[in-house]
Amino acid sequence: MAQFSFAFPKPGTKKLLVGATLGAALAIPALLAGLLVFLVPMVNKPLLDAFIREKLGHVPATWVGTQWVYAAALFLAGIAMFTFAAITGGIFSWYERRVAARIQSRIGPNRVGVAGFLQWIADAVKLLFKEDLVPGEADAMLFRAAPYFVVAGMTLVLVALPAGQAIVVADLDVGIFYILAVTSFIVVGILLSGWSSNSKWSLFGAIRATAQVVSYEVPAGLAILVPVLMAGTLSTQGLIRAQGGWPWEWFFFRNPAAAVAFFILFISQLAEGNRTPFDLAEAESELVAGYFSEYSGFRFALYFLVEWANLWIIGAVATTLFLGGWQIPGVSAQTWASVRGAGSFPAFGWWALQFVSLGIFAVKTLFLVNVVIWIRWTLPRIRIDQMMNLCWKYLVPAGFAAMLFTLVWQMVATWAPIVEKITALVVFAATVWVTWRFLQQTRKNVSLIAHERVDLSNW
Amino acid sequence: MNPALQSYFPLAVVIVLAVILGLTLLGLANLLGPRRPNEAKSSPFEFGSRPSGLGRDRFDVKFYLLALLFVVFDVEAVFMYPWAVSLGDLGWPSFVVMAVFGATLVVGLVYVWKKGAIDWSRE
Amino acid sequence: MGASAETVLFWIFAVPLIASAAGVVAARNPVHAAMSLVSAFFWLAGIYVLLTAHLLAFVQVIVYAGAIMVLFLFVVMLLSLTDAELGLEKLSALKWVGVVGAAGMLVLVVSALAQSGPRAMRAVGADFGTVRAVGRILFTQYLLPFEATSVLLLVAIVGAVVVAKEKI
Repeated sequence: MAQFSFAFPKPGTKKLLVGATLGAALAIPALLAGLLVFLVPMVNKPLLDAFIREKLGHVPATWVGTQWVYAAALFLAGIAMFTFAAITGGIFSWYERRVAARIQSRIGPNRVGVAGFLQWIADAVKLLFKEDLVPGEADAMLFRAAPYFVVAGMTLVLVALPAGQAIVVADLDVGIFYILAVTSFIVVGILLSGWSSNSKWSLFGAIRATAQVVSYEVPAGLAILVPVLMAGTLSTQGLIRAQGGWPWEWFFFRNPAAAVAFFILFISQLAEGNRTPFDLAEAESELVAGYFSEYSGFRFALYFLVEWANLWIIGAVATTLFLGGWQIPGVSAQTWASVRGAGSFPAFGWWALQFVSLGIFAVKTLFLVNVVIWIRWTLPRIRIDQMMNLCWKYLVPAGFAAMLFTLVWQMVATWAPIVEKITALVVFAATVWVTWRFLQQTRKNVSLIAHERVDLSNW
Repeated sequence: MNPALQSYFPLAVVIVLAVILGLTLLGLANLLGPRRPNEAKSSPFEFGSRPSGLGRDRFDVKFYLLALLFVVFDVEAVFMYPWAVSLGDLGWPSFVVMAVFGATLVVGLVYVWKKGAIDWSRE
Repeated sequence: MGASAETVLFWIFAVPLIASAAGVVAARNPVHAAMSLVSAFFWLAGIYVLLTAHLLAFVQVIVYAGAIMVLFLFVVMLLSLTDAELGLEKLSALKWVGVVGAAGMLVLVVSALAQSGPRAMRAVGADFGTVRAVGRILFTQYLLPFEATSVLLLVAIVGAVVVAKEKI
C-alpha cells in the first residue's frame, strides 16, 4: 500500500474554524434530511386535515381557513424544496472540485473552512457582488428571462421526484412522463440564452446542447419504458412500490433488459445534463463556456446551480426507476401501514422509518452522483459525430431491443415467476462478483505504486 | 374540487416560487453588485479582439434534420407510454398494434441510417 | 372549493393564453413570436389539466413545447433572416388575406357555438384522462387513426431527409 502522510486537519488550523466546519458538515446534511421529512406533513392532505381537526379544532370540510392552511403548507413545502436544491447544488459544487483535484493530483479549494468545505458559500456571496452584464447587442428581455426557464425546469422535475415512502411533493398519475415533459423548459432556456446573447460561441453552444439533449431524449424515453412496462404505471411512487427492498427485487436485477436499459438511461442522462464525456456544448477550448458564455454574476451562478442540482436529479431518477428507490429491505407495505397505527397522526416509529427510507434513497442517489463525478474526471470529451452515432446507432436500437425483450420477459415472468427470481439472484451475484474483481484490481494497481509517497498533508 | 386536480397545485406553487426566488436573488445581486458598463464589457466575447461578422451566424442544415427526427421519435415515444401502462388491460391484440406501429418507425430509422442522415462526419 | 374556483382557474389560464397567442401574431421578431407560442402551449397545458386531461396536458408540452418548438427555433435561427430578406414589406397583401381568413374563422366558430346552445359539462369518472384510460381508448376505439399516424411519421422522416440532403 502507498504510504499516506495524512494530517487532517492541517496543523495550525484554528480550533474555531475546525469547529465551525465540522458543525456545518454535520448540521447541513441533518438540515437537508429534516427539510425533506418536513415535506411529509406539508403535502399529505389527510395529515393536514387531521391537524386542522385536532389542533385547530375546526371541521376541515366546512372551515373557511382550510384552503389557506393547504396553501400555506404547500408554500412552505416549496420553500423547503428550493432550499434543499440550493444547498445540495452548492455542496456538490465543492465536492466535485475536491474529487476532481484528488483525481488530478491537485489540492483543490482548501482555503474557506477546513478542506474548503465552506467554499460554495463564499462563491455564492462573491457572485452576488458581481456586475450583472447584458451584452450591448443582446436581446435584453430574452437574455434576462432565459435563466428562469432553466431554474423552473429543474425545480419542476424535483417536485415529482420522491425521496422517501411519503416524501414527494406531487405524486402525479403521469409522474415519469411529466419529468420527461418539463425537461423541455430547460431546452427552451438553453436555446434562448444562446440566441439572445448575440455571440457566436453562445449560439453554437446552445445549438449543440439542444441537439444533444433532444437526441438523447429518444433513447432515454425508450429506456424508461422498460420499468414502466414492468410496473404498469407512470407514477414515480408506483414505480418504486412495484420494486422491493432487497437488491434482487429491484428492476435492475429482475430482468436482463432492465440492466441494459439502466445503462442506456444513465448515458442519456449524462448527455442531457451536458456532463463529460458529453460536455461538447461547453467545450472550453472551442466554445468558451457554451450557451452561457455571455452571462456573468448571479445569472451565471443560476446555470451552475442547476447543473449541480441536476446531479441529484440524475441519481434520483435512476434510483427511482431501476434501483428500488426508498424501499427498505424486509419492510413491506403492510409493515408501513401497521407501524403508522390507526391514529390520525402517524406513530413515532413511522417517522423513524421515513428517515430510514430517505437515508436509503439518499445513499443510492449519492452513489450514482459519485459515479457521475468520477466519469467526468476520467473520460475525455467525445466528438460530435461520435456523440450522434452513439445515440442513434447504438442506444436507440438497443432501447428498442430492450423494450421488446421486456415484453417477452414479462410474459415469461407471469407464466413462471420463478424464472424472474432465479435471474435476479444470478444477475445480482454476477454484479457482486464484478464489483469484487474491480476492487481487487484497484487494490493491485495501488500496490504497484506502493513505493511512491502520497502526500496528503495539504488536504 | 377534483382531487386529481389538487395534486397539480404544488406545480403552480413551485413555478411561482421559482420566479419569486429568481427575482429576489437577481434583485439582490443588482443591489449589491456594481454597475459600470463600458463598450468593451458590453461587446460579445471574442477572445479580446473586436467581434467580426454576425453574432447570429447560420449553421448546418443537419441540425434541422435532427430536430425533425426528434419530433418523429418523440411522438412515437409519447404513444408508447399509454400503451405500456394499459397493456395489462388490453392484452396481446394491442401488442400486435404496437408492433405494426413500431415496425413502421424502425423502417424510418433504417432509412435515415442508410441515407447517412445521422452521419455527422463529412462524407 | 367548488365550481367557482375552477372558473377562476380557467380565467387565470385563458387570459394569458389568448395574450400569448396574440403575441405570436403581433411580434415582429420571429424568435419572440416563437417564444409567445411556447408560453401559449404552457398555458394551454394548464387548461388541459383543468379539464382533467392529465396525459394530454403533458403530451402537449412534450410534443409542442419540447419538440416542435425546437424545430421552429432551429429553423428561425438556422436562417437568421433580416427583415429585408424576409421581404416583410411585400407581405401587406397577404396580411389582409390573413385578416379576412381569421374573421371568417371567428364567425364560423361563434355561429357553431351559438347553434349548439348552452350545455352543462358532462360529468366524467374518476379515471377520466388518466394514462390508463387514454391508452384503453386509443388502442381500441381509435386504432386506425393511430396506425395511420405511424405512416404519417414515416412520411415526415422521408421528407426531412429529402429536403435536407443535397444528394440522395
